[in-house]
Amino acid sequence: MSSSAILPALLAILLGALATTALAAPTAARQKELIHLVRQDCGSCHGLTLQGGLGPALLPATLAGKPVEGLVATVVGGRTGTPMPPWHRFLTEDEAQWIVEKLMTGFPE
Amino acid sequence: MKRLAQLFFAGLMVALLSGCGGMQLRGTGDLGLVIERASGHVTLVNTSSRQPYARIGGLGDLSHASVVYSRDARYAFVFGRDGGLTKIDLLQGLIVKRVVQSGNAIGGSISQDGRIVVAQNYTPGGIKAFDAETLELLSAVPAEYEPGRFSKVVGLADVPGNKFAYALFEGGEIWVSDFSDPKRPVTQRYPAGLQPYDGLVTPDGRHYLAGLFGEDGVAMLDLWQPEKGARKILEKYGRGEEKLPVFKMPHLRGWSVAAGRAWLPAIGRHEVLVADAATWRETGRVAVKGQPVFVMASPDGRQIWVNFAFPDNGWVQVIDTLSGKVVQTLQPGKGVLHMEFTPRGEAVWLSARDDNRVVIYDTRTFRQLGDLPVQSPSGIFFTSRAARIGF
Ligand code: HEC
Repeated sequence: MSSSAILPALLAILLGALATTALAAPTAARQKELIHLVRQDCGSCHGLTLQGGLGPALLPATLAGKPVEGLVATVVGGRTGTPMPPWHRFLTEDEAQWIVEKLMTGFPE
Repeated sequence: MKRLAQLFFAGLMVALLSGCGGMQLRGTGDLGLVIERASGHVTLVNTSSRQPYARIGGLGDLSHASVVYSRDARYAFVFGRDGGLTKIDLLQGLIVKRVVQSGNAIGGSISQDGRIVVAQNYTPGGIKAFDAETLELLSAVPAEYEPGRFSKVVGLADVPGNKFAYALFEGGEIWVSDFSDPKRPVTQRYPAGLQPYDGLVTPDGRHYLAGLFGEDGVAMLDLWQPEKGARKILEKYGRGEEKLPVFKMPHLRGWSVAAGRAWLPAIGRHEVLVADAATWRETGRVAVKGQPVFVMASPDGRQIWVNFAFPDNGWVQVIDTLSGKVVQTLQPGKGVLHMEFTPRGEAVWLSARDDNRVVIYDTRTFRQLGDLPVQSPSGIFFTSRAARIGF
């Protein structure tokens, strides 16, 4: 392969990577909305400070070691037989992923 | 300018109420408080002047906080989510006493004789009784429904005979604890159904109802004949129909019987259920804008005001109990969390959490009478609760 062919290929990979991170991280404005949603509307069951209520605590210590995909699936699809509702009408998979990652590392105020 | 006038007025009220040089004589019948959900504050309000008169901080985590009043309607007991129990003097506008009693509380109640304040807890699940005067712990009833297994407690209500009725979410039972001897409560247990999520006692103190999340229907215990056990009512609502997800648990407390019928939030449905208050049979349903959270009757029973779960929490609807129809749809603000009627119901106060204000409506004309700036307001509690069973 000539160097002139490698460059565009590399660029494509780089751009691809950028695109996926851009997709995964919601815009600043949307992040604000998501923080509000989690604190207020998830908070009605999990507590405004996420220390638990009818639903369990969603703190880094309580979520530690749980598989991220499982938690994301819970947020998106809910858990039948429990009060945890599915949020797919209001959240994309990427947004749920972002929320779970933030929950696991300490949720912003 | 308006803000300034309000602040000035607030200052004046505290001065008048707490008294510079001797306390001004005053009743508390038109006072109350608003919970500021996010900041750990409460705003004390006057329903005659429709103004705030003091603001008190340092109450901890007040998400899902609730309030009961001493029977002289002077002191408010505020139950915070973090287990904090704070006693506030409405006349002096200050905290009299504060204890932190459990890791995760959800509300409380006061006994028929006014001497015992009881907190209901999620974790560790159970109830705890405190001396209303001193907030000293008197006794506790752990919600251990099977050896080693504790349940979250929901729907605590005071019932006649210095008893408290409540339900166990995991345990699926209604418990009634008799505090005739406050240090040695005696508890009776009644199987109720799957996952009770909240409860209430009828205004006469006779029937205790627990809404069920895990199955269709409501469990009802006749406290005049408890030996008959809890039976299921409204069993058929929603049967065979697809269950909708519930984005916020409805609240049963605040509900009451109006015009001979009971009006209840249907869980997971955009409906208010109507039941005959004598036979407890379903007599109808009213289609509403979203999943109801609070379904509250005005003091005269003529109107039912309904607010809704996310994402419809910017709406409020009013049902006329005579026609059984929605007669008014309002948009008081963003994130309407709670409503409270003035003692005789000429006005209703609503908290619009995301607009940081409390909005006041005339219940006859539906005109807005005023509004108050309050940070992230949630529950609104007026002293008229002091004399009501189940409040
Ligand atoms: C109506 C009540 C309710 C609401 C609202 C709610 N949850 Fe839940 N949630 C629950 C309950 C109850 C559980 C526990 C389910 C079980 O028993 O497995 C749960 C479980 C979870 C779990 C799994 C925790 C674990 O340790 O496995 C996550 C993550 C979660 N919820 C996130 C959310 C988020 C994010 C929101 C808001 C977008 C939300 N919840 C809103 C009731 C609720």
